[in-house]
Amino acid sequence: MKPSRAGSVLAHLAASVLAVLFLLPFYVIWRNAFSTQQGIVSPQWHWWPDQLDLTTLTAVLGNPRLGVVQALVNSLVVSVVQTLATVVISLMAGYALARWRTPASRLVLGLTVFTLMVPAMVTFVPTFVMVSTLGWISSYRGLIVPVVFSAFATFLFRQAFLDFPRELEESAALDGANTWTTFWRIVVPNTRGTIAAVGTITFIGAWNAFLWPLLIAQDPAMRTVQVVLSQFMTAQGVRYPEMFTGALIAVVPALIVFAFLQRWLVEGVARSGLK
Amino acid sequence: MARRTPAPLLNRPVWFWALVTPFLAGLLVFVYVPLLWSLWLSFYDARNTVTPTDFVGLANYVALLNDRLFVDSMVTFVAFAAFIVPLTFACSLGLALLLQRVTVFRGFFRSVFFIPTAVSYVIAAMVWRMSFFNGARFGLANTLLTDLGQQPVNWLGGENNWYWLVLVSLRLWLQVGFYMILFIAGLNQIDPQLFEAAALDGANGWRRFRYVTFPLLRPTSVAVAMLLLFNAFQAFDEFYNTLITAGGYPPFARPPLVYLYLISFGGGAQDLGIGSAGTMILTLVILVFSLIQNRVLALGGGGQ
Repeated sequence: MKPSRAGSVLAHLAASVLAVLFLLPFYVIWRNAFSTQQGIVSPQWHWWPDQLDLTTLTAVLGNPRLGVVQALVNSLVVSVVQTLATVVISLMAGYALARWRTPASRLVLGLTVFTLMVPAMVTFVPTFVMVSTLGWISSYRGLIVPVVFSAFATFLFRQAFLDFPRELEESAALDGANTWTTFWRIVVPNTRGTIAAVGTITFIGAWNAFLWPLLIAQDPAMRTVQVVLSQFMTAQGVRYPEMFTGALIAVVPALIVFAFLQRWLVEGVARSGLK
Repeated sequence: MARRTPAPLLNRPVWFWALVTPFLAGLLVFVYVPLLWSLWLSFYDARNTVTPTDFVGLANYVALLNDRLFVDSMVTFVAFAAFIVPLTFACSLGLALLLQRVTVFRGFFRSVFFIPTAVSYVIAAMVWRMSFFNGARFGLANTLLTDLGQQPVNWLGGENNWYWLVLVSLRLWLQVGFYMILFIAGLNQIDPQLFEAAALDGANGWRRFRYVTFPLLRPTSVAVAMLLLFNAFQAFDEFYNTLITAGGYPPFARPPLVYLYLISFGGGAQDLGIGSAGTMILTLVILVFSLIQNRVLALGGGGQ
């Protein structure tokens, strides 16, 4: 099966054009962050920024009224804690659901799969009701705890553990290790790829989450970076360069995590996502 | 494979419960209890309260189904799903197939198509509404139009339907990379010998796709179609952030979640009874559509 030469050239050409289009939004964020307001709103579109220095960046970070620094701290706390908690909780549950074939296990698996079909945010009204009854509005608890229990993560781990060879656990058990020790010493270290994949998905999802923080962070000091950026768009007196500098600061951590863990993400999705 | 006797310690039920309880408790408290509570609230007049006493039967449901905005929103989003699911499906599959033919810098191209997955809808909406499709002359699309001698367009004003172009292109940019990865994973599982056999039989590119690739890609296709469907009804972030103005959300292009958000939290009174009834209707619609889609995809599967 040898593709024709012309076809191959055409494929590379198409891929290159699409690549430029896919990268364009990133370029525009950068251009706007390093332009002046006048540069952006002048009647014609300019491709090159007109203020390539740190003026806007320092102004945005140094202006507590904009709340960007506080929002970054909030986003970081929420994303890191949520990622760690989701990975640990789902790792244990996924292992249990893969290894025990009892009626109780099947029931829990059924509850998990049904949750996959009813996406979490569809039920945001009742969950909000629950959280406000607990008195968790405008708190880290309220931002983190209700979204930590991920049916998706548990399901991915379960799929990965189905392929995990039993022999390792059995020999550990013969050596006298109990299930708890076997799990943490033998099973978890051999599941790093899936952990990296689920961790990346969770971190990026948490960092980029919008609807839930919008509902919970009613006190401005608790807002996450996405909520702050969203409010920039309707606020009076936030100018384009400041807005896009905020976007640039907010997009960089997600891109870094993504770039480092992309390989695991691709493998994890390929291996455990769809079987 | 013969069933082996498991090590005795491994299968003790106490360990099952030790491992699964944190997850199960969270799932019950933050998904199932709220869902049932919401079902209960939906039969009550629950304005500004979560422990209502005023039972109203089906009045909340009747009120919703008589609300033009809610019915419009549901109808629009059934149509939106019918449009965006096949479109995103085709674009992601197209990218995966394109990458199969790319031999130079394949890893680079794959990363470039995948990386928008890391960007939030809020930031994408900012780029789309403030720069690409800004209604003023300095927007990129309007600059291109004026260069071509056309009049600038007010993309998001609502006096025309161009806002759909804005929202659909944003969604595609952000989503196709993720589904492309799923398709690449599926394509990699197909035995290359099958392609060679098909090529030896004289099958051209299209026939190879139609009779070899696509049928063998079925499990991936079904999963992608389901994920896309759930996603379409879940739309909130990009609509909210693209269309909201200082004066509030416009009356058009309201996804069900935006409608529920506005009715539950938007106005002076938090009407959680109506909001809960809407949640129930939306959940039901998603379940019905996934069952239908499953049935349709299963029919095409030739009894798998």
